[in-house]
This record gives sequence, C-alpha cells and structure tokens, in this order.
Amino acid sequence: MTERTIKSMLPGTFYRRPDPQSDPYVSEGDEVKPGDVVGLVEIMKSFHEILSDAEGRVARFLVENEALVDAGQDIIALEPT
Amino acid sequence: MQRVLIANRGEIALRAIRACRELGLDSVAVYSTADQEALHVRSADEAVCIGPPHARESYLNVAAILQAARQCGADAVYPGYGFLAENPVFAAACRDEGLVFVGPGTAAIEAMGDKAEARRVAMSAGVPTVPGTEGKTSLEEALEVAADIGYPVMVKAAAGGGGRGIRVARDEGDLADLVFQAAREADAAFGDGSLYLEKLLVDARHVEIQVLGDSHGNLVHLFERECSLQRRRQKLLEETPSPALDDGTRTAMAGAAIRLARTAGYENAGTVEFLLDRDGGFYFIEMNTRIQVEHPVTELVTGVDLVKEQLRVARGEPLSVTQDGIVMTGAAVEVRINAEDPARSFLPSPGQITVLELPGGPGVRVDTAAYAGYHVPPFYDSLIAKLICSGRDRDEALARTRRALGEFRIEGIHTTIPFHLELLASEAVQTGDYHVEFLEQSHAGSGRMPG
Repeated sequence: MTERTIKSMLPGTFYRRPDPQSDPYVSEGDEVKPGDVVGLVEIMKSFHEILSDAEGRVARFLVENEALVDAGQDIIALEPT
Repeated sequence: MQRVLIANRGEIALRAIRACRELGLDSVAVYSTADQEALHVRSADEAVCIGPPHARESYLNVAAILQAARQCGADAVYPGYGFLAENPVFAAACRDEGLVFVGPGTAAIEAMGDKAEARRVAMSAGVPTVPGTEGKTSLEEALEVAADIGYPVMVKAAAGGGGRGIRVARDEGDLADLVFQAAREADAAFGDGSLYLEKLLVDARHVEIQVLGDSHGNLVHLFERECSLQRRRQKLLEETPSPALDDGTRTAMAGAAIRLARTAGYENAGTVEFLLDRDGGFYFIEMNTRIQVEHPVTELVTGVDLVKEQLRVARGEPLSVTQDGIVMTGAAVEVRINAEDPARSFLPSPGQITVLELPGGPGVRVDTAAYAGYHVPPFYDSLIAKLICSGRDRDEALARTRRALGEFRIEGIHTTIPFHLELLASEAVQTGDYHVEFLEQSHAGSGRMPG
C-alpha cells in the first residue's frame, strides 16, 4: 500500500485554517479529492491555497500549523480510501 | 539626537542609514533572524537582533524594538514605511521612553489613521472629499444619499483601510442587499459594523501631494506624484509631474494639502492622496503619515532630500527649504521591481539572487538592499529594488527608464522587470492617458498589455 502526499508548491508559513476563528480545512480521517483546499501558505504578505492533487483520506499532517515550509515540501500524507 | 535606531529593513532601512551618515548621526539597524545576511545589518554602525522571522515577533514587536533602543543607547527612532510606521501606539511608546520618534505627532497619526475622522478633518479644512455620507450611515440615509449623488457607490467599513472592507453597489437593489452584508462582514473583521458611503469615481487618477512641516510653523509642499498605475491597490509605476494636472489644478490641490496638514497640526513628512476626475475635480481620500515608497521621484525633480529633512525636523531644526525655494525641474519615473512572476499572475518568487547587475549612467538611481548571493526571504514585502530615472522632460525620463531596465540583470528569481518593459511600451504610458483601473482592465484574462 503506497502513501501519496500533498505538497506545498510555495515556500512560506503553513496554516491549517483560513483564519484563526475558523475550523481547519481538513483533519485526519477526512476524505479529499483533487482540487480540494487543504491548507494555506503565507508568502510575502499574500496568502495562497494548497490544493489536493489526489483522492484519498488524510492519514496525518507532516508539518505543524504555522510551521515554515519549503517549496515542494510534503504537507499531508494520504492513504487510499 | 545622535544615535538613530531604524525600525525597518530592506531598501528603506538603507536609505535612512545613508541619510544619517550624511548628517553625522550614528545608525542602529534592527533585524530578524531571517535577515542576518541583509545589507542594512552590515551597513549600519551597530545592529541588534530583535526576534524570529515572523514580522509580528520582530519588526512589529514594539517591546523588542524599545529594548534594542535601550541596549544600544539610541535616542531616536526612524520608522520608514509599513510595519509600525503609522501605528500611534508605537509612536507614543517611543516618546514615553524618551526617544525622538521621527514622524508627526501622535494625535495626527491617530486622526489620519481613522478614515472617517480624516474625512471629517478634511471637510473642516475646506478640502473637497469624495461625495458621500458625512459620517457613519444607516440604510435609509445611504439610499437617500446614493439617489442624490448617483450610482455606482462604494460602501466602506469605517474601521477598514488599505483597500479592505470595500463593496461596490451598482443600483438601489444592490445597495439594500450590500449594506446588511457589508455591516456583518465589517463587524466580523474589525469588531465594528459601521459603514460610510462614497461615490465610485470612474476612470479617476490617483494623484498625491508631498508635504513637509517643522516645529516652527513652516509647512511646504513639494508638488505631486502620479500613482494611478496600480494592481490590486499596489502601486507599480509612479511619476512626477502628473501628465493630467494643469497648473491651476496643481496649485489648488497643493493648497488643499497644505490646509489639511495645517488643520491636523502636521509636522515632518506626509502625503495627502487625492482622486482626480476627468473634469479636473479632485477629492481627498487619505493622508499617509510617513515617508512613501515613491518619495525618490520627488527628490529627483526638487533636489530636496526628504529623509534628511525628516531627521532635521525631528531634532527641532527648521526646514532647510522655503516654499519659494522649491522648484520642480524636469520629470522623474519610478518602477518597483518586485520578486514576483508576472507570467504567473505575479506569484511571489523568493529565493537566492545569483546574478545582480545594476544599471547606471545619466539620470539613473537605484534604491535596493539586494546583492548577488542574497536570499530574498519569503516573510516580507516583495519589493527588492526601485529604479528611479529623471530627465529634462517626461520623454527623456521614460526613455532612460526603458534603457536602464534593459541593463538590469537579476537572475535566480523572477521579477517584475519584463512586466515593466511591456508597460513602458504601452500606448497608455507613452501618452500618459491612464487611470486607476487601467492595469486591472488591461490585464484581465489575457495577461497582456494592450498596444
């Protein structure tokens, strides 16, 4: 059974929620499909959505909320549904 | 005043360090851990680390900056633009600490920072404002006023600013829906649902007046800057003189800016922003209580060093210039070179600059803190260099800007240089016939500039 990952295309600060008052975009156990928003990256004072490029279930987060991420870094591990 | 802490980074920190050095003042840089290799850190007489990369833990951290000032024995603070530059709490905290804050009085920063209050001060100074409600409004009053001034209108959050909390209503039905929605959103975003109404001026230009005041009652203007070429309310190219101002309108606009500044009890450098309509009517929109990014175009046509004037005024000296002595000679253009990829909808492009070759020759100035090998961090503003070119007239300034952009070489990251070359070739820039919506309209869809 191979695990897939969702990556951040941009470097910056990773956020799990659209704003501090809202619920996380996705949590462990949630099913996602291609195009779903799974997180946000803040870079140079602007915010960019991280979209899932695959179908699957969120197995775990590979980075903490508000952590610094590099371009191409794995954010979420997916397992097959 | 002998030792100035510069509470900023990047090109504006370097600009302030240079002004301090010319005046014989010591400069102290502050920096986050992401900026250890930054040029402003090496250029200042002393440098103090104030915290981690995130601005709220470093460049926005009032306690850390005040601690740095104590530690290095600074007696003044230069705020620059952005970060804490227009924060009245920071200005007051510096002054309570016994430090000279290089900027206007705390009350003036506060009054101009509140949009509705600034509008009220402008009205009381006899400065024309955009037609709309006098202050905060109800739905009934909004409908009445909108019927009177005509649609489209903008519904703005009183506690908003910087382009946030603005909705456009095209007709009565629109407005009725919008008022409820906008009030709810403003309440959620700012904790204050109050709204005011302004007429949406179509095809207007953004023209601003530079003012300078001292503590001896002297207040002068340094003419205008034309800043209509914006994308998402971010300026990309500025020039002076404005291609759209005749002498009569220029004099009237400058007079209005001086009246507003005098009414607000203004000291130090400030900028009064207006919208200019096609009929030559102009309307106050806001006042910025700090140095502007685009200040060099004014310096190139007047010969006045605005940052040195700020420092002189802060140490209690009178302005070194009088109104009669300020003459505009020639023209100047600034283009902002950002670490963004214009081919991919201006996506931020941080990373290492591997090659950097700067343009030179007659009429060329580059304000930058970048160097070959420098890593542009992802945490801050994307501005990496300002290219400012002057000439005897607008055509010469534009030709020099094009020529200098061609000499500019930045490799390793994407920049807005290709965008500027295309923009300068457009008919709109060549004729000077453009307005604030120009870039949004021409860039919609195609991503290409019209002929």
